[in-house]
Amino acid sequence: MFLVPDFVGRFFHRMASPPHFYAFTARLMPWLVVIFVLLTAAGLYGGLYLAPADYQQGDSYRIIYIHVPSAWMSLFIYMVMAITGAIGLIWRIKLAEIVAISSAPIGASFTFIALFTGSLWGKPMWGTWWVWDARLTSELILLFLYLGVIGLYGAIDDKRVASKAVAILALVGVVNIPVIHYSVEWWNTLHQGPTVTKMDKPSIHVSMLIPLLLMALSFKMYYLIALIQRVRVELLQRERNSQWVKAMVLENKQ
Amino acid sequence: MSLQEFFAMGGYGLYVWTSYGLTLLVLLANIIIPVIQRKQFFVNALKKKR
Repeated sequence: MFLVPDFVGRFFHRMASPPHFYAFTARLMPWLVVIFVLLTAAGLYGGLYLAPADYQQGDSYRIIYIHVPSAWMSLFIYMVMAITGAIGLIWRIKLAEIVAISSAPIGASFTFIALFTGSLWGKPMWGTWWVWDARLTSELILLFLYLGVIGLYGAIDDKRVASKAVAILALVGVVNIPVIHYSVEWWNTLHQGPTVTKMDKPSIHVSMLIPLLLMALSFKMYYLIALIQRVRVELLQRERNSQWVKAMVLENKQ
Repeated sequence: MSLQEFFAMGGYGLYVWTSYGLTLLVLLANIIIPVIQRKQFFVNALKKKR
């Protein structure tokens, strides 16, 4: 392709080949884990120990270091799922289909964490575990979309057909993403407005912001690790009759 | 800051640590499940061979 250096194109071409992907990610994994551990350690140390208590919310605000990155990941992973789903739908690239469906349980997990930690933060601060406001309700719908994708995929035996159905469902559900993001601006809500992703200066002190960003990066890294683990299993199962998987089974390599 | 103070989280310890604990459990499960599934795949595939 023009504008893309040749070696980049070759890299992606090789990565779309299941045996190459399987072998490459095995070698990549230890490095990803090291980066993840360093980011998490720094983020938690900064967030739980170094950062001061909030002048209004005391120490309860420290839930932010998992709540907000989880909520960001719930949206980010949904977009990855929809985009790779679309790529699989249009170009029938097997690896794109597998990335899409493997993202669903991880995205559902982060959505669940965002809802659960939000509830545990809401109880001491708002006086209630749950309100049916725009932000909370749209995030709950996101969880149902993820669960719908997982259920639909499991219900169809032919996995190539299942991937098509799942991609269409994921694409339809994309309308929910801007609703979640802008819900705190469009509607009056109990949920506080954005403190980081505002156009002007973020209204959060730098000693709190840095650990938050570190945790956001840590969760991105985690997603990559968990995604690779799931993709490798899905690849093995779909390719169980192919030569490279049979060879690995015979050599008892994992 | 003493260790006790740290775990008390200014009286919000229950909320904060439940949040972190649950997050840890969910994230661990998402790694352990596919690792077990992969091991299981090879065990089953070898059984079929024999």
